[in-house]
Amino acid sequence: MVSFVVRRIVSAVLVMFSISVMVFLIFFATPGVNPAARIAGRSASPQVLAQVTAEFGLNRPLPIRYGLMMWHLFFKQDLTSYVNIGVKVIPQITGAAPVTLSLVFGAAIIWLVVGVLGGLVAAANRGKWIDPLIMFGGIAAVSIPVFWLGQVVGLLTQTKFHSVFRWLPGSGYVSFTQSPVQWALHLLLPWLTLATLYAGVYARVLRAELVNAMNEDYVRTARAKGLSERRILMRHALRCSLISVVSLFGLDFGSLVGGAALLTEVVFGLPGIGMLTDTSLQNLDLPVIMACVMYGAFFIVVASAVVDVLYAVLDPRVRVVK
Amino acid sequence: MNTATPVLRVRDLSVSFATRQGLVRAVDGLNLDVGTKEVVGIVGESGSGKSVAMYSMLGLVRDANASISGSVAFEGREILGLSDKEMQPLRGGQVGMIFQDPMTALTPVFSVGWQIVEQIRQHSDMTKAQAKERAVELLAEVGIPDARRRVDSFPHEFSGGMRQRVVIAMALSCNPKLLIADEPTTALDVTTQAQILELMGRLRDTHGSSIVIITHDMGVIAEMADRVTVMYAGRPVESGPEVDVVRQPRHPYTWGLLGAVPRLGERNERLATIPGNVMSPLDVPEGCAFAPRCDYVMDRCVQRPPMTGDAHQHACWLDEDRRVEIRSALKEAR
Repeated sequence: MVSFVVRRIVSAVLVMFSISVMVFLIFFATPGVNPAARIAGRSASPQVLAQVTAEFGLNRPLPIRYGLMMWHLFFKQDLTSYVNIGVKVIPQITGAAPVTLSLVFGAAIIWLVVGVLGGLVAAANRGKWIDPLIMFGGIAAVSIPVFWLGQVVGLLTQTKFHSVFRWLPGSGYVSFTQSPVQWALHLLLPWLTLATLYAGVYARVLRAELVNAMNEDYVRTARAKGLSERRILMRHALRCSLISVVSLFGLDFGSLVGGAALLTEVVFGLPGIGMLTDTSLQNLDLPVIMACVMYGAFFIVVASAVVDVLYAVLDPRVRVVK
Repeated sequence: MNTATPVLRVRDLSVSFATRQGLVRAVDGLNLDVGTKEVVGIVGESGSGKSVAMYSMLGLVRDANASISGSVAFEGREILGLSDKEMQPLRGGQVGMIFQDPMTALTPVFSVGWQIVEQIRQHSDMTKAQAKERAVELLAEVGIPDARRRVDSFPHEFSGGMRQRVVIAMALSCNPKLLIADEPTTALDVTTQAQILELMGRLRDTHGSSIVIITHDMGVIAEMADRVTVMYAGRPVESGPEVDVVRQPRHPYTWGLLGAVPRLGERNERLATIPGNVMSPLDVPEGCAFAPRCDYVMDRCVQRPPMTGDAHQHACWLDEDRRVEIRSALKEAR
């Protein structure tokens, strides 16, 4: 198990390295782009350009350029934004990351609880009215676009039913260290909005997996052992079905933390990674884009590594792979 | 069948499935008696309804389109139509089951010991430690080497034969009165088959369980069974003591089954087969089900022959003289 974890971490580091090389090549070795101008900022003087060229080794071989870029990005951390001259890149990322993490963590807890419960209840009541009801709820939740749901929820709570929802603050973000209560209140609607889609997906996936599992031979064995239907569902079928839910969760969580929660962030005015990526893309702010992509890749790689380790915990067949 | 109440007494068991194409009679009028410590074989080709019959007795047929009728008495008590809750003490407690494919019969994510302990604790008040101790004993008893260490292994860490031993250990864990073995050796290679059969025979003596063994292999029947029922297309066609059915088979289908067992010393012949396949269960004729494939079919076969005879019963219209004639001709040809 330990060697499995170590191997998984080593391969995660290798993947990170490859991604950083590719991102670097795309942004700074593409013909026709003058990276010096991109780093030096808008309307920089020729002297500054020359200085940047020297500092980042832009006239030196590619591997050295890559090394210097990573050095400035991660270790010296003095890479500055192309658009907002003087604003450093790394603090922007570290400022936006907690917002996104707060949003996605909270939503993930909600959608996991709701999705798993929904899938279980639907599978346990297969053939009764409650199963199609939950599945219809699931497909409805999947089909509602986040930006629409977010807008509607915002409108309803802030205007029409504002007297009822007086206790809900408007959009924006308050950090946890500032006020935990306000943090939670500000994030409540974004959490629910983001979780709706995923809860629908997870309930449907888990139900399908459970229904499949309940037709497996080992479930027949479990019945022949005299176990109750509840125990068969909760111990045997659920345990085997969770494996695919976990892999789905890893991918979703990684990509959301990496910036895919953009729509929710924009609708609710949360200054997270998604929003940062969006603005930097619109301004073609290369240093920031590069940092955002690296950050997103980092979370996806970490999430999939965690998923693989969880896999091994859940499924002994994965564990023994030598 | 020398005790007053047999362990298992099945009368006129029928299982049918409503399908889009019509009613499928998977089992049609099965009778079966299993006495104490007796081994009864049910034999027939794939699709002849052997497994469905056994599963339906314990309520393991979960298809909503299935309808089951007849009578199944376990130790004199009617069990057909019991609820899941009423059936639970029976399943795994008094009736153990062994399945065809040991590769998929165990839950892949739990250790074999955990799965045996689960069953023991379902049916008794043993503590976890006691149940685990018992699991180790059982695994050792079914011939798993180094059982104390292997009890924590997962199903995928065993070979097919070893997994089937685990399934057998699990089926026997609560000392069931009846063991139902559904093609227990079909998925295994030949040497392993012999070991598993030998093991089951030995366990019958030590645990005192009666056994119903489902198979398509006449060799398994000859090895294990005291009495045999031959099934074709869901219907019993011949039943009786193993010696009689194997030595003096009366139904043309049984002749075919026995002819399909390869013998040593007959090298140059093609393997004997029964022409044709088991028909689609939708096309089973009103009369004798075997008539479309039978070499000796007569006009009378459009009527369904009843099971006749005392200990050795058969369902065929052939009269005794004609049967003896054909049999001797068949032996000659061989």
